[in-house]
Amino acid sequence: MRPVAASREGVLYALRDAGLAALVAFGLFAPLVGLRTDVVEGGLALRGRWDDVAWLCLIAFVGRLAMVLLAGRRLPRLALPAPLARTARYVTPFCLGLALLLPWLPFVERYELDLGILVLTYVMLGWGLNIVVGLAGLLDLGYVAFYAVGAYSYALLSTTYGLSFWVCLPLAGLLAAFAGVLLGFPVLRLRGDYLAIVTLAFGEIIRVVLTNWVSLTNGPNGISGIPRPGLFGLAFTSEEGGFADFFGLEYDPVHRVIFLYYLILGLALLTNWVTLRLRRQPLGRAWEALREDEIACRALGINVTVTKLTAFAIGAMFAGFAGSFFATRQAFVSPESFTFIESAIILAIVVLGGMGSQLGVALAALLLIGGTELFRDLAEWRMLIFGAAMVVIMVVRPRGLVGTRTPSIALGEKRAIGGNFVSEGH
Amino acid sequence: MSALLSMQGVSTAYGAVQALTDVSLEVAEGEIVTLIGANGAGKSTLLMTLCGDPRARAGRISFDGADITALPTHAIMRRGIAQAPEGRRVFARMTVRENLMMGAEALGQPGDELPRVLALFPRLEERIAQRAGTLSGGEQQMLAIGRALMSKPRLLLLDEPSLGLAPLVVKQIFGAIRRLNAEAGVTVLLVEQNANLALRLAHRGYVLVNGRITMAGTGAELLAREEIRDAYLGGGAH
Repeated sequence: MRPVAASREGVLYALRDAGLAALVAFGLFAPLVGLRTDVVEGGLALRGRWDDVAWLCLIAFVGRLAMVLLAGRRLPRLALPAPLARTARYVTPFCLGLALLLPWLPFVERYELDLGILVLTYVMLGWGLNIVVGLAGLLDLGYVAFYAVGAYSYALLSTTYGLSFWVCLPLAGLLAAFAGVLLGFPVLRLRGDYLAIVTLAFGEIIRVVLTNWVSLTNGPNGISGIPRPGLFGLAFTSEEGGFADFFGLEYDPVHRVIFLYYLILGLALLTNWVTLRLRRQPLGRAWEALREDEIACRALGINVTVTKLTAFAIGAMFAGFAGSFFATRQAFVSPESFTFIESAIILAIVVLGGMGSQLGVALAALLLIGGTELFRDLAEWRMLIFGAAMVVIMVVRPRGLVGTRTPSIALGEKRAIGGNFVSEGH
Repeated sequence: MSALLSMQGVSTAYGAVQALTDVSLEVAEGEIVTLIGANGAGKSTLLMTLCGDPRARAGRISFDGADITALPTHAIMRRGIAQAPEGRRVFARMTVRENLMMGAEALGQPGDELPRVLALFPRLEERIAQRAGTLSGGEQQMLAIGRALMSKPRLLLLDEPSLGLAPLVVKQIFGAIRRLNAEAGVTVLLVEQNANLALRLAHRGYVLVNGRITMAGTGAELLAREEIRDAYLGGGAH
């Protein structure tokens, strides 16, 4: 954008530019917002909503005018004010404490717990994908495939062989990791956009196979009646010998929800712990080096093949764990749950959170998943807010919510790495 | 002469394009050997073929008496060869220390070369906690060489270390290479476009033209040759 002086030409230029923006907005909103079909007797009726369109165009005009006139001045990048930055290091313990105590907080009901479980599932998926995208720098648009493999593995193993959750969980992770290696081999030589397209296709292939392999997966009808997990063999039922009976508590269906909540919290924290550990190991640093420069890695004698495959496999394994959890929580899986939009949301969580930042990913998951849930009453406007929020975050904080990282090898004191060394989303 | 590295009749191609034809060269333990040639002559290809990427279509490459022609790249690098690749290729978002440690860790080594590398390039010690991306071009080149040295290689491959650097900085880096060779006994195979400097530094040199070795000799011999002066030392400047 060209800096505009406060001259007459500048204002004219800004007006012209803003007019153009309004025109584009009109082109977009006229069919999207302006025309609405309503169901009336005997069919559909077309109704114009031109006042709404006018408002939207006006907003676009004023917004663009302000942007052009203010260009040259620095865009307000949301830097944390000093006192806030000092409290920043308490954010992690605070979040962790809140997550641990959530079921016992007075205002938390069944609904909030369910929402918490949903958010934590995405936190875990985000952390898992972060290994592949944030650390190893391999853009994966088909991450949901591994989630699906995990979910179906658990569903099939438990319904067919009657294996318990705790046996199926590692098996599902293993199978998903295997799927990760399977995807990894053909894409070893690909990078960037090309890799993204192949992973995208892989995600779709898995979904299409799940839909069409009716004899195994029951096709679009999905698999229902998936057994629920128990705590060391104690089932969460009202019967004798169940969890409530064993501990002499009154049976309450919330017990199981609380159990599921802690289960996903534990799984998510396991993902986080493994990632943090691996980052301090040679393998984790090899991932980061791979993200920076593949040719340099080869020149140093890093086995690029093994490094990439482990990133895919470990990332996929955690998606498999999350998939198992998803299956056991829903007691039902179908291919519909594993569409591309899921991959896109998980990737958005990683990018918005700040590539490679564990805290950022957790906050982004809370914002995106929890946020859209809060706006549920707004119906179709929800996605608009969702999209707008993403745009705003990327404009204001182009390196994600938490755009700094701590060096893996610190000399003496630990210093955060400045934002300008973290990937930018533009 | 017992050669540390020898290439015999090596040919390499990218698809249908022949990049190296019947190249033979030797590097003896303790030598600095330079490979000079014009842009696109195949100098970098020769270094990369040595590392197994691209793989030689014909010929034999041996290092320390063992045939390494068919080994995968990472296995070749594990045998005591290290490369500072063309264009430096430091890990920009990692610190200087992390970059150096990668050089050792990639081969599962503890990184106890660090003090010696920092003694060779004191500038790196000053910048140890800085991101590699913020270093100047010369410092990045030092880092690339230092990173390669972290694995205590017997043979150091340098691909155009003078690329895009100011003459004074180039002098510093070449001085470091000379010290490395004289004091630590590291054998060096140096690919350079700056033929003048490279031939002054090296014990021996090879000239590569269109993927073939056309001349070989000691540095001083090559420097004295009319064709070399015309082709690589800015012609006419006798």
